[in-house]
Amino acid sequence: MTTEPGRATDPRPTLAVWKFASCDGCQLTLLDCEDELLGLTDRVRIEHFLEMTPAEGAGGERARLDGRGPYDLSLVEGSITTAEDAERIQHVRRISRYLVTIGACATAGGIQALRNFSDVDEFIAAVYARPEYISTLETSTPISAHVPVDLELRGCPIDRRQLLEVITAYLAGRRPRVPGHSVCFECKRRGTTCITVAHGIPCLGPVTHAGCGAICPAFGRGCYGCFGPMSRPNLRSMVAQLRHDGMSEQDIQRVFRTFNAASPEHAPVPDLAAEKQERPPATTETHPERPA
Amino acid sequence: MNPRGTRVLRLDALARVEGEAALHLRVDGGTVAETRLRIYEPPRFFEALLSGRGHTEPPDITSRICGICPVAYQMSACQAIENACGVTVDGPLADLRRLLYCGEWIESHTLHIYLLHAPDFLGLADVVGLARDQRAAVERGLRLKQSGNAILEQLGGRPIHPVNVRIGGFYRTPAPRELRPLAERLRQAREDALETVRWVAAFDFPDAVYDHDLLALRDPGHYAIDSGTPAVIAARGGPRAAREFALSDFEQHVRERQVPHSTALTATLDDRRFLTGPLARYAINGQWLHPVAAEAARDAGLGDPALGAICDNPFRSIVVRAVEVVHAVEEALRIIDGYAQPPRPAVEVPPRRAVGAGATEAPRGLLYHRYALTEDGTLTGARIIPPTAQNQTAIEEDVRRAVQTRLDRDGPDADDEELTLLCERAIRNHDPCISCSAHFLDLTVERT
Repeated sequence: MTTEPGRATDPRPTLAVWKFASCDGCQLTLLDCEDELLGLTDRVRIEHFLEMTPAEGAGGERARLDGRGPYDLSLVEGSITTAEDAERIQHVRRISRYLVTIGACATAGGIQALRNFSDVDEFIAAVYARPEYISTLETSTPISAHVPVDLELRGCPIDRRQLLEVITAYLAGRRPRVPGHSVCFECKRRGTTCITVAHGIPCLGPVTHAGCGAICPAFGRGCYGCFGPMSRPNLRSMVAQLRHDGMSEQDIQRVFRTFNAASPEHAPVPDLAAEKQERPPATTETHPERPA
Repeated sequence: MNPRGTRVLRLDALARVEGEAALHLRVDGGTVAETRLRIYEPPRFFEALLSGRGHTEPPDITSRICGICPVAYQMSACQAIENACGVTVDGPLADLRRLLYCGEWIESHTLHIYLLHAPDFLGLADVVGLARDQRAAVERGLRLKQSGNAILEQLGGRPIHPVNVRIGGFYRTPAPRELRPLAERLRQAREDALETVRWVAAFDFPDAVYDHDLLALRDPGHYAIDSGTPAVIAARGGPRAAREFALSDFEQHVRERQVPHSTALTATLDDRRFLTGPLARYAINGQWLHPVAAEAARDAGLGDPALGAICDNPFRSIVVRAVEVVHAVEEALRIIDGYAQPPRPAVEVPPRRAVGAGATEAPRGLLYHRYALTEDGTLTGARIIPPTAQNQTAIEEDVRRAVQTRLDRDGPDADDEELTLLCERAIRNHDPCISCSAHFLDLTVERT
């Protein structure tokens, strides 16, 4: 069994990756950095990353946490959906110097936050024959609702390049460049013709947080908002434009109620979608026939 | 009475096995009386939250069940909806779907082989230790994994939760010239994949035999990935011919029940314990492996798949996975070489009031979806049966056998530390994919 050098004599900063309610996709993003992974392990000491390495010490995760750490950089994936996890995140915060939440579950509650708009007991009854065995909270909430967070990295899933930028910036002691503008900027940079203007395809790009590299429009698909809202989105204009591009009230409701459903910025959408169209949106181009 | 304290197992990362699983073992004298794998992931209620959604939404929503096999969820979801709507997607669109799926098989299997499973056989803690010992092997593994991701990125837009999949097909199909660089890459991947088979075949394998019925999709002429009929081979001693049943009857054969110790539902097949995944696929479809993969299997000591060889040692599943990677690379190359861009990226899938089922072979085994739609396409019901829920009982039995074998050899006071390591390995053989469940095991050994 090869062993790492002792922690006390190891100059590398320590990294921990934590998981709450999620699909694992965001922490897998770290393992998808194939070109950088071995270089990364030279620069940081990965002390807690269960997707990759056994934990140290004895006891379950909770027991193991006591007296462990502190960790220089903690990446946190997933949302808080159980009373136990609400406690565990407090502990993770205490033993983390710099805490970054990664992905829509951790930053907005994720797809499982759809329970926030329903009766969770009905959800349990729909899936489990014996609800009494299941312990869960009424809501799925982002990490920032429980503890202070140093940085949020958006996306469902997060983007590999952005994750590397965050880690690189951390190692260099500078602020990471993760802009809060809309996906439209990324389409321009990528050289993608606007699919709404050219084809009348409904697209959430104008109100969605950048970071993915504007993938969907490059595939002829309207952005579906998996990175959540940009800073200060103009939802009134967006909803009017979506209606203009042929989306029904129900479709608009649904497209905002997905992976970032519980983002506070989305709260006005139901009322906006139900409003009568007083005036056409600002863009008045007539669209050619949309491709089938 | 000889009560022993709780011992904890430190479990290497299992792919998509997060949070905590606990294994409860009860040993009476020299006999294992009970093994319970406790999975307690926070439940996310996907089947419930799909209710009231539109029929175009399940591929994107259900992919979020698993960041490691999102394509499997997208493909099973698409097929179930298309089945409900009476639409068949075939020809080049079906080939492109299989190409995408091959990318996921390559990526997911390679991740498991190199980063999660191989360290078990080499007495190492993790891939970092492995890289110190065998850097070239790890670099080969990462390169091979990346070639799978390259397919997913080229065709799907990104490797995790690809964006280009929709019911009926794709949003955009690639021009043949866009796939050429992929073919270059895959020719290198073929060498890496064959080298991987040779590498893992040389590991030391503990003696073990599993005894489960085997379930996989069967599609005569093809090693089933994205299509086929459910087929079963009986456990050792039973008839070795595969019997098929209709997908529409799946839930009459595979029944899930809830047990108090887990948030995952556990399943039986016709009231018997069963296994899905690479070992089941190899037993049922081995004769249809690509020749290069079949030859690699023979050279690796897996017998002759053309003659219906079955790999019955669960520890050798790593070799079968490596063979499946060779097959997936070959299949991807075959699809790219024969690819002509379809006239339209997707076929129409108009909704109707119906129930539809779909099943495909995720890297970890058969993944079943069923949806009920109203005439405007609103979902009124959803049922998802993932491979790990189907495999839980088989995994528990494998653990029981492994521990019993050790107790028989070393007597009732067999070393707990060794037992725990053995339990971890017996579980990891099946690459369990319990979204948000355990990464290490609290092992409670009750001795009476």
